[in-house]
Amino acid sequence: MSLAALFFYLFAGVAVASAFMVIASRNPVHSVLFLILTFVNASGLFILIGAEYIAMLLIVVYVGAVAVLFLFVVMMLDVDFVELRQGFLQYLPVGVLIGMVFLAELVLVVGSWTFGAGVTGAVTSAAPGVSNAVAIGRVLYTDYVYFFQAAGFILLVAMIGAIVLTLRHKENVKRQSIPVQNARTKAMAIDVVKVPSGKGL
Amino acid sequence: MAIGLPHYLTVAAILFTLGTLGIFLNRKNVIVILMSVELILLAVNINLVAFSVFLGNIVGQVFALFVLTVAAAEAAIGLAILVVFYRNRGSIAVEDINTMKG
Repeated sequence: MSLAALFFYLFAGVAVASAFMVIASRNPVHSVLFLILTFVNASGLFILIGAEYIAMLLIVVYVGAVAVLFLFVVMMLDVDFVELRQGFLQYLPVGVLIGMVFLAELVLVVGSWTFGAGVTGAVTSAAPGVSNAVAIGRVLYTDYVYFFQAAGFILLVAMIGAIVLTLRHKENVKRQSIPVQNARTKAMAIDVVKVPSGKGL
Repeated sequence: MAIGLPHYLTVAAILFTLGTLGIFLNRKNVIVILMSVELILLAVNINLVAFSVFLGNIVGQVFALFVLTVAAAEAAIGLAILVVFYRNRGSIAVEDINTMKG
């Protein structure tokens, strides 16, 4: 077995095992950590077939942002996760049944189909002589530039939506207000009190 | 045996199945359901990238990038909704989400 095959089975095995632990683990924090392990191994698979850019993106976007976001939310919400696991065994038979049907269908699809002439058995470089990121950039910024802009808009809408949803104005919190500060006059700011001598206030 | 396209498709199929299974098994826990959706999207990405590499066509990787974008946006919005819901109801159990009588 070649070294590449060895690493493929290593990454694939760990990815599948940790994906199983994501859905089977009792503690959601462990689920998130196994999700991170799945993503790291999937990016290892991507590096094996020469898709370095997507692999790095998976590490940066998923492990660095999405999974950490999940981790924050899981730790921030004070939820009784044991109670949420009630009914796990109740749903197990129907879940496994549907999972098996899905897997059988997918195996039939993959197994019963011969690849056409365009599919090579080995990894082929789409643009020989340049790196993977350069090849993606050449296509992304020319043919798919409108899709790229739309992706940017989707992220903008998601960002604004998340901020609008979670922002709340608490009472009794002092905030700086520039117009109020600028509108202050001497009469508003200073209160002259005539103190009678010998009595105090 | 050399590692070819069917190997990658099989890994993606198993990950997809585990994702759907996770949705069925953790029907009460929204956070694990969202993580299962992420697993399904990862399986889709593996399919796209594997086909792109073995066909020698870079467009598959460009589409994997767009799927990644949508997945990140979906996770951000989903978790924001979850936080707001928890703030209002004090629970994230799926069967408690019935305010809209849907």
